[in-house]
Amino acid sequence: MSPDLPKLIFGRLTLESLPLHEPIVVGTFVVVALGGAALLGGLTYFRLWGYLWREWFTTVDHKRIGIMYMILGIVMLLRGFADALMMRGQQMLAFGGSEGYLNAHHYDQIFTAHGVIMIFFVAMPLVTGLMNYVVPLQIGARDVSFPFLNNFSFWMTVGGAVLVMASLFIGEFARTGWLAYPPLSNIGYSPDVGVDYYIWALQIAGVGTTLSGINLICTIVKLRCPGMTMMKMPVFTWTSLCTNVLIVASFPVLTVVLALLSLDRYVGTNFFTNDFGGSPMMYVNLIWIWGHPEVYILVLPAFGIFSEVTSTFSGKRLFGYTSMVYATVVITILSYLVWLHHFFTMGSGASVNSFFGITTMIISIPTGAKMFNWLFTMYRGRIRYELPMMWTVAFMLTFVIGGMTGVLLAVPPADFVLHNSLFLIAHFHNVIIGGVVFGAFAGINYWFPKAFGFKLDPFWGKMSFWFWVTGFYLAFMPLYVLGLMGVTRRLRVFDDPSLQIWFVIAAVGALFIFIGILSMLMQFAVSLLRREQLKDVTGDPWDGRTLEWATSSPPPDYNFAFTPVVHDNDAWWDMKRRGYQRPLTGFKPIHMPSSTGTGIIIAGLATAMGFALVWYMWWLAAVSFIAMVAVGIGHTFNYHRDFDIPAEDVIRTEDARTKLLAGVN
Amino acid sequence: MSTDTNAAHAHGHHHGDGHAHGTFSSYMLGFVLSVVLTAIPFWLVMSGTLPSKQITALVIMAFAIVQIVVHMIYFLHMNAASENGWTLMALIFTIVMVVIALSGSLWVMSHLNSNMMPMHQMSGMK
Repeated sequence: MSPDLPKLIFGRLTLESLPLHEPIVVGTFVVVALGGAALLGGLTYFRLWGYLWREWFTTVDHKRIGIMYMILGIVMLLRGFADALMMRGQQMLAFGGSEGYLNAHHYDQIFTAHGVIMIFFVAMPLVTGLMNYVVPLQIGARDVSFPFLNNFSFWMTVGGAVLVMASLFIGEFARTGWLAYPPLSNIGYSPDVGVDYYIWALQIAGVGTTLSGINLICTIVKLRCPGMTMMKMPVFTWTSLCTNVLIVASFPVLTVVLALLSLDRYVGTNFFTNDFGGSPMMYVNLIWIWGHPEVYILVLPAFGIFSEVTSTFSGKRLFGYTSMVYATVVITILSYLVWLHHFFTMGSGASVNSFFGITTMIISIPTGAKMFNWLFTMYRGRIRYELPMMWTVAFMLTFVIGGMTGVLLAVPPADFVLHNSLFLIAHFHNVIIGGVVFGAFAGINYWFPKAFGFKLDPFWGKMSFWFWVTGFYLAFMPLYVLGLMGVTRRLRVFDDPSLQIWFVIAAVGALFIFIGILSMLMQFAVSLLRREQLKDVTGDPWDGRTLEWATSSPPPDYNFAFTPVVHDNDAWWDMKRRGYQRPLTGFKPIHMPSSTGTGIIIAGLATAMGFALVWYMWWLAAVSFIAMVAVGIGHTFNYHRDFDIPAEDVIRTEDARTKLLAGVN
Repeated sequence: MSTDTNAAHAHGHHHGDGHAHGTFSSYMLGFVLSVVLTAIPFWLVMSGTLPSKQITALVIMAFAIVQIVVHMIYFLHMNAASENGWTLMALIFTIVMVVIALSGSLWVMSHLNSNMMPMHQMSGMK
C-alpha cells in the first residue's frame, strides 16, 4: 500500500486530528456518545424511526417544520450556553497567576463557537421557526408558497449545525472570533481545519436561510386570504416580511465574502491577504454589510411578537398600527446604512465616521416609536400578566438599556474608547438577549398552546422567567463596569486581582441563567405530563385577535377548512365581535402538497460535501456534489407532488372539533 | 365570514397577477438587441477605436447597464404592472441596496487611511 493512499482517501484527516489530548473534550464526547446512543437506542426500541421519517423528517407542513426549527434552536442553545458557562468559569478563575482550566487553543475555539452557534444556530432557527409556524396561519393560508423548499431549507440549516457540532470531536473549530476576520483567518495564520469548518457550516446553513427568506416573502405577498390588504396584515407578518426582505438582500453578501475567503484559503488567491493587493479591510467592510442587517433580521420578528402579545394581553387594538408598520420599514432600510459603526476605529476619516454615527443614532428613532406604541397599547388596557406578557415587559425594560448603550457607542469618539471592550459585549448581549431571546420565549409561551393544544405550565415558566431576567442582569451589568474600566473582550487570563469580583458576579449570573434554561426544559416536561389540566379545546386560549386563533389547536393539516375573509386589522377579534359562526357543512376536498424525502437527502449530501471540503477529501466532495445534482434532477421527475384530502376526512376532522367546542360551551 | 371560492388556494390565484408572456417577435427583438449590445463592446475593444482604455471601459459599462435593462424587459417580462407592481418595487429596492453597498464600500475603502499614521511620518520617527 502506498503511503499516499490514506491521504487520498482521508485527506488531511488522521488519528492525530481527534482531540484525544484534551480531557474536557474527551469527557464531553463520552457523555454525548452515551446520550446519543441512548436516544438512538430508544428510538429503535420504540420503533419510532418510521414515524419520524414519514411524519416529521419528510414533511412539507409548515407547522411541523416550524416546530423542528424550534427544537433545533433549543438543542443548540444548550451547546452554545455550555460554551458560555465555560468562558465565565475560565474568566472567574484565571487571576493571580492562575491559568484557569482552559488552554488558549481550547478557549479561543470556545468563544468563537459560542458566537457562531448563538447567532446562526440558536437565534436564527428560533426566529425562522416562529415565522414558519405563525405566518401562514396569520394570513389564512394553507402552507407556504414552496413547501418542499421549506423542508429543504430546514435540513440545510441542520446540516450547518451538524458540521459545527462535528468540529468539537473531529479536528477543531475556528479560533478567530465569530466573524473570522482575515488576516487571522487566512491560511497562513489559521492553517488548521477550524476556519474551514466555519466557512462550510455557514455556507450550507446560509443556503437554507436564503431559500427560506424567498419562500416566506412569496408566501406573504401571494397567499394572503381575501380582504387582507397589506395594511391589514398582522404586525408579526409585517415584521416577518421585512426580516425576510433583509435576509434575501443581505445573505448573498455573506455567501460571497465567505466564498472569497475560501478562495484565499483553498486556491491561494489574494482577496483578503496583506500582500499582492489584498485587503483584509474589505472583508471587514463586506461582512458587516451582511452583519448589521443580520441583527435586525433577528430583532424585527421579536418586535412583531411583542406587538401581538402586548395587544392581546392588554385586550386592545395595537396603538399606532400604521406608525408601527412604517417604523419597521424605515428600520429595514436604515439597517443597510449603518454597517461602518462596527469598525469606526479602523482608520476612516471624520466624514465617514460621522455619517455612520448619525445614521446609527437615527435608527433609534423608529425603534423608540415602537416602544411608545407598546406603552400606549398598555395604557388603560386590561393587562393580564401571563408569561408572554411578562417576557414582553422584561424586554421593554431591558432593551431600552441596551438601546441607550447602543446610542452611546454610536458616538465615534466614545467608540474609540469603548470598542472591543467588555462594554460592547454587554451592549450586544443586552439587545440580543433582551430583544431576540426574550422575544423568542414570549413567542414560545404565546403560541405553544396553538401548536400543541395545551398551555405551558405557569409555575416553571415563572421560575424560568425570574432566573433568566435576574441572571441576565447579574451576568452583564458587571461587564458594563469592566468595559468602562478598559477590560477588552476575549481575554483568557487577568493580572489585576481587583477585577476578579466582577467576573465572579458575572459567573453567578450565568449560573442563574443556567437554572432558567433548566426550568424551561422542566416547564416543557411538566406541561407534557399535565397536558390534561392545561388543555385548551377552544383554539383561542388567550382571547386572541389574529387569524391563527380562529382555527383549532393544534390546527388541522390544512389549517383552515374554508379560507377566511378579512375585514379588519385584528381579523379574528372582528369576527368574534360580529358573532362569527363556524361553518358546519359544505366541506370540499382540500388540495395539499405531498411529503418528500428529497430535502433531507440533498441536505445530507451537502453536509457530507462540506465535511469533505474541510478535510480535503476531494473524491468525497466530488461524489457528494454529483449525487446532490442527480437527486435534485431526479426530484423534477417526481410527479406525486400533491394530493387531495378527501372531503370525508375534512368532515370528520371538523365534526370532531364541533363536538369538542360543544363540550366547552 | 368564510367563502368556498378559495378551495383552490394551494393552486395560487390566477387573477390579477398580470403575468406577461412574451411573443415570438418580442423574444427576437430582445435577442437581437442583446447580440448588438454585446457585439459593439467587443468591436470597441478589438479595434481600439476610442482614444483611451478608461473611456472604453466606461462605455462598455454603459452598454452592460443597457443590456441588463433589455434582459429585464424582454426576457423577464418586467414592467410597472407585472405582479401588481411587486416586481418594480423589488427592482427599486434591489437597486437602492446595490447602490448603497457599492458606493458605501468605495467611500469607506478609499477613506481607510485617514486616521492611520502615514508611512513617511513613521520612517521619520526613528
